[in-house]
Amino acid sequence: MAVSDTTTAPIRRHRPSNARSILGLTGPAYLWLVITILLPLAAMFYFSFLSDVPLPGRDWQVTLSNYTAFFQQDFYRTLMLRSLRLGFEVALWCFVIGFPCAYVLAKTIKGRWREALFLMVIIPFWSNALIRVFSWTMVLRGNGILERFLDWLIPGFGSLNLMFTYEAVVIGLVHSYLPYMILTCYISLSTIDDDLIDAARSMGASRLTVLRRIILPLSMPGIVAGAVLIFVPVIGSFMEPRILGGREGTFLGTVIEDQFTSVFNWPLGAALSFILLACVMVIFAVFQPILRRAS
Amino acid sequence: MKGYGCIRSIVLAVSLALASGLVQADTIRVLNWQGYGTDEDWSLEKFEKATGNTVEHEYFNSEQEMLTKLRTNPGTYDVVLINSAYTRQAAEEGLIQPLDLADYPHSDGLQPRLAHNPNLEYDGKLYGVAWLWGVTSFAINTGAFDEKPNSIMELWNPEHAGRLGWRDDAVESCQFAALATGQDINDPSDYDVIRERLHALKPQIRTFWNSENEWNQYMSSGEFDLATYWSGSAARSKQNFGLPIEFVVPREGAIAWLDGLSLPTDVPHPEAAKQFIDWMIDPEFYVQWDTEVGAPISANEQAVAQLPDGAFNKQLIAQLKEVENLPFMGPMSDETREKMLEVWQETKTFYQE
Repeated sequence: MAVSDTTTAPIRRHRPSNARSILGLTGPAYLWLVITILLPLAAMFYFSFLSDVPLPGRDWQVTLSNYTAFFQQDFYRTLMLRSLRLGFEVALWCFVIGFPCAYVLAKTIKGRWREALFLMVIIPFWSNALIRVFSWTMVLRGNGILERFLDWLIPGFGSLNLMFTYEAVVIGLVHSYLPYMILTCYISLSTIDDDLIDAARSMGASRLTVLRRIILPLSMPGIVAGAVLIFVPVIGSFMEPRILGGREGTFLGTVIEDQFTSVFNWPLGAALSFILLACVMVIFAVFQPILRRAS
Repeated sequence: MKGYGCIRSIVLAVSLALASGLVQADTIRVLNWQGYGTDEDWSLEKFEKATGNTVEHEYFNSEQEMLTKLRTNPGTYDVVLINSAYTRQAAEEGLIQPLDLADYPHSDGLQPRLAHNPNLEYDGKLYGVAWLWGVTSFAINTGAFDEKPNSIMELWNPEHAGRLGWRDDAVESCQFAALATGQDINDPSDYDVIRERLHALKPQIRTFWNSENEWNQYMSSGEFDLATYWSGSAARSKQNFGLPIEFVVPREGAIAWLDGLSLPTDVPHPEAAKQFIDWMIDPEFYVQWDTEVGAPISANEQAVAQLPDGAFNKQLIAQLKEVENLPFMGPMSDETREKMLEVWQETKTFYQE
């Protein structure tokens, strides 16, 4: 009895201060989130139901017309599908390129080399995104670095015509977002016990079977996290499509940007943004069972 | 005598101190596009020497951004550059104040039709000092043409498929189409015709350009045979960057624009601001700016007349005299602007398919 008393008493005494420390530790972060994200987002949500920006000297009332505009104009839907397709494709390419890289980093290379290779993955993150995109224009444009290199490698190679195409946008975005996929996959791959792989191999599983039955399922949380981290910003991207896509660089993100910057129609821009957000939520809701199983 | 000399030197010293105290050195803040005349270092140095005032700049990237800055930072700016298509809106919103040309000694050289352009006026009062004007049309790469074209329909000529540079701007795009189809550029009546014209550009356009710098890069790397362009920028690209281009004023006309300098409502340093605006319309500044850097056409006739013979803007003025139709970009209702953006976005979506 005496023993149990001494063990339970301190816990009971600590309970209120536990709650206080939780509040103290998480409070600043949540306060920050409320002030910097939720409040502006709520203001934008309010704007999306107005007929004009609520400034002195402007006539505005509450309306649903910004939302109905999306359904009245076919081209908004075309652009929405195009943006979603871009998000899927960029996430897919990031997986195809990033997963093997993360695997090698997590399982094959050890010690200093791993640090060095990691640094090479992260270094692009240290430079401004705009600079990275502009450096791609030098590589991709007609008679640019890539074409000259290929021409040197294979004389008479001719022109690729990559600049100002959908492919150029995908290339630029994959380059920008690849580190997310590598880092998230690396984390989940490095938690896989090597003994599991050895055991499977010793029981005669082929490399492909090991990959399919052990490595991929166990690293799924990382893959899904990476894909989500990439998909969401890509469908709203506007800077990369504008610079690399040229005539083929119109997406929902660029159209929303135009509403804010070139016609000062914040309400329509806000409504389009929330429709995009709703679309993302619907997609996640549909894929929820798969996502949950994966993680 | 000795005492008089002493008093005289004291009086002199005091009056000098008073005089230097009266010439207040202000730091004025100018809101303008980057690299658009007001921020030339050599001119600002001279201005500081002449008036004691220093000039700081803040830049905008679109007219909407400029209006937003005026709305959200009252009492911050002394001089603001406003395209005359927006002057009335800014005046209506109370962002800028009426002004009197008598405060600007160099305004006597201004072309009357520019100085009193209806777009600069609101409620019978003048809200902007006409500064620069020019036309939006297109420029050709002389290497790609045997003969200089003289029709706006050259933009749709299949010979230049995939070789046209186009500015990604809803209003300008619709205005080109309106000009090509003989409609009012500030309030087109038939958007179906405009849409049809813009859709027909699909095979023509190589890519969109957004800034003068981009235009120069594309033109020098051979991406364009011809591209829509502003006359003032064409002068710079030709004279300073040595690009092999010619600016075309088509017989159907061109889109004329006029930029004015205005005083914000709560201008912190009104006297220094007025001095600076007068400095900007001074022929001396303009001639040096256009000769050494390249500029649009000055609204000051005396300034253009003082340019050396053969100067781009002197020739351009001669070309513009031959064109019958020179509509000025005027104020535009939000509905028209939004309609134009919708047509342009719909067109750009069509380009993707």
